[in-house]
Amino acid sequence: MSIQTGSAWVDGSGSRLAKYNFLRSINWGRFAVLAVPSVWLAIFFFIPFLVVFKISLSETAIAVPPYTSLLEWDLEEAYVNLKINLGNYLFLFEDTFYLDAYLSSVKIASISTFLTLIVAFPIAYLIARSSPSRRALLLSLVILPFWTSFLLRVYAWMGFLKKNGLVNETLLGLGIIDQPLTMLQTDFAVYIGIVYTYLPFMVLPLYSALEKMDMTLLEAAEDLGAKPAISFFLITVPMALPGIIAGCLLVFIPAVGEFVIPALLGGSDTLMIGRVLWDEFFLNRDWPMASAVAIVMLIVLVLPIMLIRNSQGKEEAV
Amino acid sequence: MTSSPMINQQDGAEPVANTSLPLWKQDGAEPFLRIENVTKKFGEFTAVDNISLDIYKNELFCLLGGSGSGKSTLLRMLAGFEAPTSGRILIDGVDMAGIQPWKRPVNMMFQSYALFPHLSVEENVAFGLKREGVARSEVKQRVAQMLDMVQLGHLGKRKPHQLSGGQRQRVALARSLVKRPKLLLLDEPLGALDKKLREETQFELINIQEELGVTFVVVTHDQEEAMTLATRIGVMNHGVIVQTAEPHDVYEYPNSRFVAEFIGSVNLFEGKVVEDEPDFVRIKSKEAGGHLYVNHGISCAPNQKVHVALRPEKIRIGKTNPGQKENCIKGIVEEIAYMGSLSVFRVRLESGKEVRVTQPNFARDMGERLTWNDEVFLSWDVDSSVVLTA
Amino acid sequence: MKRRSLFLNTTAAMGFIFLYAPMIALIVYSFNKSKLVTVWGGWSLKWYGELFRNEQIIDAALLSLKIAFISASVAVVMGTMAGYVLSRFGPFRGKMILSGWITAPLVMPEVITGLSLLLLFVAMEGMFGWPSGRGTGTIIIAHVTFCMAYVAVIVQSRLSQLDETLEEAAMDLGAKPSSLFFLVTLPMIAPAIISGWLLSFTLSLDDLVIASFVSGPGNSTLPMVIFSKVRLGVSPEVNALATLMILVVAIGVVAAMFQMRRQAKLLGSQE
Repeated sequence: MSIQTGSAWVDGSGSRLAKYNFLRSINWGRFAVLAVPSVWLAIFFFIPFLVVFKISLSETAIAVPPYTSLLEWDLEEAYVNLKINLGNYLFLFEDTFYLDAYLSSVKIASISTFLTLIVAFPIAYLIARSSPSRRALLLSLVILPFWTSFLLRVYAWMGFLKKNGLVNETLLGLGIIDQPLTMLQTDFAVYIGIVYTYLPFMVLPLYSALEKMDMTLLEAAEDLGAKPAISFFLITVPMALPGIIAGCLLVFIPAVGEFVIPALLGGSDTLMIGRVLWDEFFLNRDWPMASAVAIVMLIVLVLPIMLIRNSQGKEEAV
Repeated sequence: MTSSPMINQQDGAEPVANTSLPLWKQDGAEPFLRIENVTKKFGEFTAVDNISLDIYKNELFCLLGGSGSGKSTLLRMLAGFEAPTSGRILIDGVDMAGIQPWKRPVNMMFQSYALFPHLSVEENVAFGLKREGVARSEVKQRVAQMLDMVQLGHLGKRKPHQLSGGQRQRVALARSLVKRPKLLLLDEPLGALDKKLREETQFELINIQEELGVTFVVVTHDQEEAMTLATRIGVMNHGVIVQTAEPHDVYEYPNSRFVAEFIGSVNLFEGKVVEDEPDFVRIKSKEAGGHLYVNHGISCAPNQKVHVALRPEKIRIGKTNPGQKENCIKGIVEEIAYMGSLSVFRVRLESGKEVRVTQPNFARDMGERLTWNDEVFLSWDVDSSVVLTA
Repeated sequence: MKRRSLFLNTTAAMGFIFLYAPMIALIVYSFNKSKLVTVWGGWSLKWYGELFRNEQIIDAALLSLKIAFISASVAVVMGTMAGYVLSRFGPFRGKMILSGWITAPLVMPEVITGLSLLLLFVAMEGMFGWPSGRGTGTIIIAHVTFCMAYVAVIVQSRLSQLDETLEEAAMDLGAKPSSLFFLVTLPMIAPAIISGWLLSFTLSLDDLVIASFVSGPGNSTLPMVIFSKVRLGVSPEVNALATLMILVVAIGVVAAMFQMRRQAKLLGSQE
């Protein structure tokens, strides 16, 4: 019951058992094992992107489904008409709203990823340094919230952060503030929501990197004259680097396309691209525009992430 | 099951022409396992390089070599986990090409033991029999018999993780023997055991092998293990079998510097052949500071560069000159290591060459005690050394 | 040294408070008699009663459980196949593509997955008349697609840790590849498969975005109902529901931990 860290992405080729399974005897059982998941993914994962791409080139229409067809033909008249509409893409670049949304998503995801790292590090460090029996308990304390509903965890913060919520009431009661703070429906609430939701994704890879670290390295550094703060930055951080990278990717990736957190905790001016796509689809019912937003998102956000992650995986495989 | 690949144990006694000679010394004896010009390449790398080898029934053959010598690859080809790039493997006359591991009359004992952690000891041992479709009652009886033989009858219900290393080793052995394979392959069978347990287990292994009459092929990097276990040893290096011989011969008559140095320790003197007669050779060695005389002929040419190999325990050491004309050199004791049963001396010759000498400690206190910086004479018999041309 | 560990303990403790405070507050307020979150009106089980009388929530919960159960079960089979293919079939043509398809859903934003599947279903309906309309079936297909990726990755990483000599030993003892899988490989990767199932179940039960895209009218899953309720503000019924879910999960996680520890004892010693 663990969240997969970066190492799980390593390609597991080069198995010694390979030859029995495939090269020697291509039989139907083996073929089915390969074909069933491949065909499923081809139909329900790959082809959909082609469909999205196709629809992003059509125009919105008052019809069911609400978009025009790219191809029109009449066989008797020997007439085929291909109509490609690049308007959606042009509009994406003309209206700064979309560009702002992409940039703002990256900004919010980056800041929250950094905050998550700050919060997660002491926790991971403490767990890695505690006794094995306490370790298991603390680890499951970190993981446990992950298994409860994501939606309800975000919701919990709504009650916590709202004007007459527990945080404001406590601060007012303690006399630290005399006006309730507006925290809900701000970017701040979105950061909190992301940090809170994805904390386990950061703690676990950090923990597994720190746990492998040899404590005598720190003693050696101190023996050679490094103060604790110095040896932390010169020894601990470099040793934990693979965990830091894996953790940051695990947080950044879902955060950048997040919909629920900005929808519940963010304000109307909290721009995130996932939310824009949602609104385009559900509120404006503009399927072609939503498709264009998705395609651009795929190219500028998802593809780079996949490339970075792949190179990560290869490095770890060495 | 007419085509059962398992041997019939009742059929042990074969008409043998000359029982005093081992099979491999008899002319025309049929090998049980025949490896013919087998080569295995992994990409550019040649792991096994054109090996030919005959192994006979009831042998306990050891493949001895360092890591990367190709010994494990050869074993895995016998088990069917790797296919030879070229060459043939015949077991009991049957070509093994294209026969998958689960169909071969061969079982293997893995270095890691590879016991199934989710199955009990009994279930582990029964695994192979069940695959063969042996009747349940027979499975039970054969498993019990096997576990008794390895003295684990009382632990049948345990899981592998509840056993000690030595017990696991015996479960692995029982599991690989219960199918009565024609050929048992053992990959570093004693490697994971500590020294004391290893010595005990060595003899147990020999007893079991003799009792069941199964042909064993053992892979090991441990020369002592090979010497104790084997009927014959094949010394491997860089994918080639350098020498195949009985343990005594491998030690006393190594055919190359590699074998001489790999097995036991040895002093090597470089020299040039000055006299080459049918029943002796005389070699001039600068390193030894004189002539060396060996009383058995070798095929070599005058002036050929050769090495004379001399085992440390074959050298006599003393302060008085034995008055021997040949094979006697002077040196100074540089270091003495007292090892209990024997003492090891490092003697520096005038040429600067270091010679290692071992002497058994016969008496508690030897009359002539040697000490550091003593001038000593080293001498040996004319038949103690071996001339190596390779 | 001492001061550093104090600093460490304090920051880590704050981290744990951060993790649990909102949930604890939520649980406490689910027993609040008053509807106002700030006003404590005394202990009451009133909202639990309301919750169980709310047919919309109960129906949605049952539907979500059903979808999660079926999706997780199918995803486990598919994901295990894919994971096995990737780690044990060696190099084959198209392997890169398959492994890309397997891991891509893990980084795909949910909005894109949801949108693309919906557009596929609409297009397929237009072409073949299937699936006619959207509902439980389309949600299950969508959930299987992204859950199988998680299962495949977990199974693949477990298989890559597994000592291959165990499988070789089984072959050496006469097991054919097909029986070998069920006799040796499957029992060895069972913990990974169980984790994969539980993860899939949770992900499916939790999914709001994808289900919103691919569900049809009258097929609201639990997260969809919760979302529509809480979008407008805090709801005491949802507090009660959240408390129940946290309770179930806590029990489940603790039970799973004990089971895992037993499994680890059983399997861990040889590695």
